[in-house]
Amino acid sequence: MNHSPLQTAILFHVGIVPISRTVVTTWGLMAVLSVASWIVTRSFRVDAGGWQAMVETVVAGIEEQITALLNRDAAPFLPLLGTLFIFLVVANLCGIVPGVTAPTASIETPAALAAIVFLSVHFYGVRMQGLGGYLKGYLKPNPVMLPFNILSELTRTFSLAMRLFGNIMSEEMAVAIILAMAGLLVPIPFMAFGILVGLVQAYIFSVLATVFIGGGIGAIKK
Amino acid sequence: MTVQMLSIIGAVVAVAVGSISPALAEGRAVAATMEGIARQPEAADSLSRTLFVGLAMIETMAIYCLLVALILLFANPFAR
Repeated sequence: MNHSPLQTAILFHVGIVPISRTVVTTWGLMAVLSVASWIVTRSFRVDAGGWQAMVETVVAGIEEQITALLNRDAAPFLPLLGTLFIFLVVANLCGIVPGVTAPTASIETPAALAAIVFLSVHFYGVRMQGLGGYLKGYLKPNPVMLPFNILSELTRTFSLAMRLFGNIMSEEMAVAIILAMAGLLVPIPFMAFGILVGLVQAYIFSVLATVFIGGGIGAIKK
Repeated sequence: MTVQMLSIIGAVVAVAVGSISPALAEGRAVAATMEGIARQPEAADSLSRTLFVGLAMIETMAIYCLLVALILLFANPFAR
């Protein structure tokens, strides 16, 4: 193991900006997802075909989960949380493709996603409750709890990023170590387990983002 | 003992000891959820959702230990 998982491999430079492998993979995934959604959603009909039925099932499933968690209309949260979930599923699973490293296996991508969740908690909280009502939420259940509420905002964002990074990265590293020891066919069960871990982590990240946003808008009691 | 040897021992101890209690806690959480689902199968949906969130929270402890081990191995500030 000579490559540290805490550092990123720089592929090339644009001017003085270093472009890492993670960034290239992420932009590739974004392009694939955008083009795929554009192609699939281009021709929606009332009598759904195969692709349309699949997309509708996924979107309706995500909407149902958000509604069950928040006990209110999922429409304002569906774009962010649905995109987060679909991107995470693709990003976690793209490590199976030979030559591609999952972007969530390096620390920047989970950190950026957790920062998005952190900011959107405040955004939705202020939008749904107003600034005063949202800030009042920090004084509950008791004004003494104010420092702890602020601290928990920060630590839970950190642990959100670390959880995704740790799981995906350790999975990839375990496969790499087993590959170095045992070679052909032996890593396949571990890679299959990696698919499960990737899906579960995408689900957990999205559910936790939903719960945090639900706490921010006051739908879920902290 | 050099700093490198100490960091390797530290990383091993961090992961080995640090994953004991999350493992026990996850086992208890899953067992309790199983019992709940067996008693009340219609609550399986919300129970498993809560279980996943809870497991993620418990697992964070083990992930922190892993992170400490990784920092000791790959980004050790003392081994220069």
